[in-house]
Amino acid sequence: MSSVFPVSALGREGAGGLSATDPRLRIVTAAIFAVICVSLTSLIALLLALAGAVALAAGFNLPAGPTARRMAAMDGFILFLLISLPFTVPGAPLFTLWGLTASLEGLTLAMQIALKSNAVILSVMALVGTVSPVTLGSALHALHVPGALVHLLLFTTRYIGVLQDEYARLRLAMRARAFRPANTLHTYRSFGYLVGMMLIRALDRSDRIMEAMKCRGFDGRLHVMARFRLAYADWIFVGVIGLGLLALIGVEWWLRAA
Amino acid sequence: MHIVDGALAAPVVVAGTVLAVAGVARGLRDIPLERIPATGVLAATFFVASLIHVPVGPSSVHLMLNGLAGLVLGWAVFPAVLVGLILQAAFFGFGGLTVLGVNTLIVALPAIAVHLALRRAISAAPPPKAAIWGAVGGAAAIALTACCVALALTLGGDAFIPAAQLVLIAHLPVMLVEAALTGAAIYLMRLVKPELFHPMVRVAA
Repeated sequence: MSSVFPVSALGREGAGGLSATDPRLRIVTAAIFAVICVSLTSLIALLLALAGAVALAAGFNLPAGPTARRMAAMDGFILFLLISLPFTVPGAPLFTLWGLTASLEGLTLAMQIALKSNAVILSVMALVGTVSPVTLGSALHALHVPGALVHLLLFTTRYIGVLQDEYARLRLAMRARAFRPANTLHTYRSFGYLVGMMLIRALDRSDRIMEAMKCRGFDGRLHVMARFRLAYADWIFVGVIGLGLLALIGVEWWLRAA
Repeated sequence: MHIVDGALAAPVVVAGTVLAVAGVARGLRDIPLERIPATGVLAATFFVASLIHVPVGPSSVHLMLNGLAGLVLGWAVFPAVLVGLILQAAFFGFGGLTVLGVNTLIVALPAIAVHLALRRAISAAPPPKAAIWGAVGGAAAIALTACCVALALTLGGDAFIPAAQLVLIAHLPVMLVEAALTGAAIYLMRLVKPELFHPMVRVAA
């Protein structure tokens, strides 16, 4: 579990490559790319989209190993869906396995879903996941996401690490009392008490946070410090991405017409 | 509980997004600015708790605890879930982007349903009885979540029915675990901090 925490960007800010690109631009690009991606139907266009996402991952310095592991974990979730689809979609028979007939249409649909989901999540990790959570909050604020939601995001990311430590402490205390998880009601009850205790402590902690904030003049408003300006390089990024997206749409349109 | 991009029909994605935006807006209205720290810390707690793996049979499952989250957070569970899903998509590569709305709905809708149905009973009943209601809420939230996932998938076509059936079956053991866990958590919270369910009334009302 420690490999997942704290919530931190896989890549580093200011690590060269494209990492200096304006975060607002990255969020908007990720959103547009995702919408276009899920609308594509041609496998060739989708392969190109996945290649584009891989290029983004390289450009934003996503480390190959951990990224591949995370993608594999996501693919594991949808494995059954992908395997079952060829056999459940009616259409032209392709091959028969244990008395079940796979259809070309089903296989195509499964491949579409696999390509779409991987392309989108990879582009999100590359474009948005490489921004630090604090910068992400500021950028969302600049994009007119409601302030309360931005502040909730900032508080949540700020305290996930703290509460992870608290969880580790409580688990250590349980282990010191010879607790070992098993398939017993005792285990589930103990985990329930653990979660309940974490919530109680979290509420007490939030009271202390609130008092400390009031001490420093908190009046219900939070200020976002970051100021963003589109630089010369950002416009080049817009141009390249725009051309890439147009090319994707062009390929899709051309293949549909053909 | 992660539906990925590309697996759902476009109308499902659009409808899910619209409903999720409405839920999040309602949730944000219920959080006065000075309760944002408390909501954030609780949201972070549920985020951490959802990474706990609990043994089930030969395998293990990670907790979801959306029933408990609904009981504690009220409508604020919508923005809290959305924030959690954004973090998971961007930093852990789980879930997706166009499906953020649908996934928010899948987790938060059962949570708020449990909240509306059981919160009053849980804050009023003596702790052992509250624990039983808590267990009912924990199980109901998972059952509803599994049904929402299955529904969202099958709306895309009959071809998704086997996958939807698998989702339903896979959640049966999770339901039992979450019931026991939620019941125990509610029991402890009612004993240790009886007022815990009261300050949230302002948020939830």
